[in-house]
Amino acid sequence: MTADAARSAVVRQGLSVAASTGLYGVSFGALSTTSGLSLWQTCVLSLLLFSGGSQFALIGVLGGGGTAGAAVAASSLLGVRNALYGLQLGPVMRPRGWRRVVVPQLTIDESTAVAVSQSTPPLRRLGFWVTGLGVYGFWNLATLVGALAGNALGDPKRYGLDAAAAASFIALLWPRLRAREPVAIAVVGALVTTLLVPVIPQGLPVVAAAVVGSVVAWCWK
Amino acid sequence: MSFWVAVLAAGVVSFLLKFAGYVVPAERLEEPRVRRVTAMLPAALLASLVVLQTFSTGRDLVLDARAAGLVVAVVALVCRAPFIVVVVLAAATAAGLRALGWG
Repeated sequence: MTADAARSAVVRQGLSVAASTGLYGVSFGALSTTSGLSLWQTCVLSLLLFSGGSQFALIGVLGGGGTAGAAVAASSLLGVRNALYGLQLGPVMRPRGWRRVVVPQLTIDESTAVAVSQSTPPLRRLGFWVTGLGVYGFWNLATLVGALAGNALGDPKRYGLDAAAAASFIALLWPRLRAREPVAIAVVGALVTTLLVPVIPQGLPVVAAAVVGSVVAWCWK
Repeated sequence: MSFWVAVLAAGVVSFLLKFAGYVVPAERLEEPRVRRVTAMLPAALLASLVVLQTFSTGRDLVLDARAAGLVVAVVALVCRAPFIVVVVLAAATAAGLRALGWG
């Protein structure tokens, strides 16, 4: 593949991930306003917090009558994995100046997944920026639309957007599964996640999968 | 009022968590064994995200139209379909099944 072809492949990947996950902001906006948050609170949440799972957890607790403390705790537990993503991306992104604030803010499941799946550092950085900025744009716009239009557009599941997100992650994982070690580590990660989802709080199974995967990689051979 | 407190506090904590990952100096991550781990970590993370996005509601394991979408995605990947085609086929599969009343 030529350099240009490789770059446009990364851009296409990033944008398709951004579109499928960003549009979920419509559900978030609609659900947030029906949970009792104002339009402003809903939009500030998407701009400031910018981590889908954490936002749904926060409005879930608040909408159910929980305290602000409980809501912040639930949303923060879900955000723990983002610290791990920063650890992965730090050596690639090496953020300086204004990027020291912007790069962490854009560090989420999708931008990390697209970035770490690329073969060279420049392509990883490109993947991070396209996906991070793409999701940020779509997600915040969609939040506003959802908060204004309510449930008129219907559930994004109707359009299969949740399956699109699942497919994006398997498509990003696929090219890595060429040797025995990554296959073994992927299987371990999937197993740990499956076993832990019903047992530990949301957001932590992926952290556990990463920890167990790291131990396996550390001890390999 | 307490809603605003929750919104702003959760936003600040979220940012600090994201920021924390970038504070570890890069030199710490240069050691050969650490580099092996960081090279392998994406496989564990991506596999975990696949499971979460396909079989979980966050709190429970479920089998719904997303699983069928994933099967179609894997078939498309085996056939070397481009990324966007894989994603669109999976979405169409799930949307089609739901239109028929399943999942």
